[in-house]
Amino acid sequence: MELSDREHALIAALCDGLPLDSRPYRALGERVGMGEAEVLACLEAMARDGIIRRLGVIVRHHELGYRANAMVVWDIPDAEVGAVGRLLGNAPEVTLCYRRPRRPPDWTYNLFTMVHGRDRESVAAAIEALADREGLAHHPRQVLFSLRRFKQCGARYGRRREAAE
Amino acid sequence: MTTALDPIDRAIVNTLQGGFPVCERPFAEAAHGLGIGEAEMIARIRRLREDGVLSRFGPMYNADRFGGHNTLVAMAVPAERFDEVAAVVNAFPEVAHNYARAHSLNMWFVVAADSRATVDRVLTEVQERTGLPVYDMPKEREFHVGLRIEA
Repeated sequence: MELSDREHALIAALCDGLPLDSRPYRALGERVGMGEAEVLACLEAMARDGIIRRLGVIVRHHELGYRANAMVVWDIPDAEVGAVGRLLGNAPEVTLCYRRPRRPPDWTYNLFTMVHGRDRESVAAAIEALADREGLAHHPRQVLFSLRRFKQCGARYGRRREAAE
Repeated sequence: MTTALDPIDRAIVNTLQGGFPVCERPFAEAAHGLGIGEAEMIARIRRLREDGVLSRFGPMYNADRFGGHNTLVAMAVPAERFDEVAAVVNAFPEVAHNYARAHSLNMWFVVAADSRATVDRVLTEVQERTGLPVYDMPKEREFHVGLRIEA
């Protein structure tokens, strides 16, 4: 769906997050020329329409002591990937689960999951246990631990106008 | 470095990963459930942001609902060029995060923008400026989101 001008303005104004003000929606409205009630109604409508998934916080896992961040990738036959994706998506160890295209010959994996933990040993053990428990140990998989984080910020939407060609 | 969080910080982080109220005094409402006051709630969230525990405080979007697009991109970067290439990639505001990973495809980043055309332009520029190919792997289906981490 197309965003309305008001929705677009709100998304752009929220790029750096919600103001830390006791009336944050009023403060947000002042930036974009909208009243508090209008902001509240607009955000509620965007949540209802599924444009906003949720409002809240995203944590930096590393700062919370989750030092090991593994991207576990699986090569699952196309006919099975939907069922396996649902299975892994519901597994308690898995925080994200996406199907993505293969890029052969260099990349043959089509299901991407993230597993976070305190250290590599415990994450590797959890992944082994997960594969065994869900009956997936026979599928090719790889575990790509992160070595360095260069950047972590939220996706910044609402840049439509300046990004226009 | 692990930031020292007290039990109230942990409760805030855990609760706010589940949502934040949309009402006139949302900090007061969220604080009430945790047994603290509005001013303390705001001060603690400010500190958690400044300490880098929170990468974001605000809405998470379903970008595909409004024509937005995001993709996971991998590159095989020679070790001696890694920092130079990372600087080129990270300079794009559309790059949301970037990790070095242990694989021959050793750089993995997410590009998010309001349109597929903008994502394509970023990928083209990355290839032109680095001389290295990119592997573009947009999500075809999402099985689970909500990256929630117990503090």
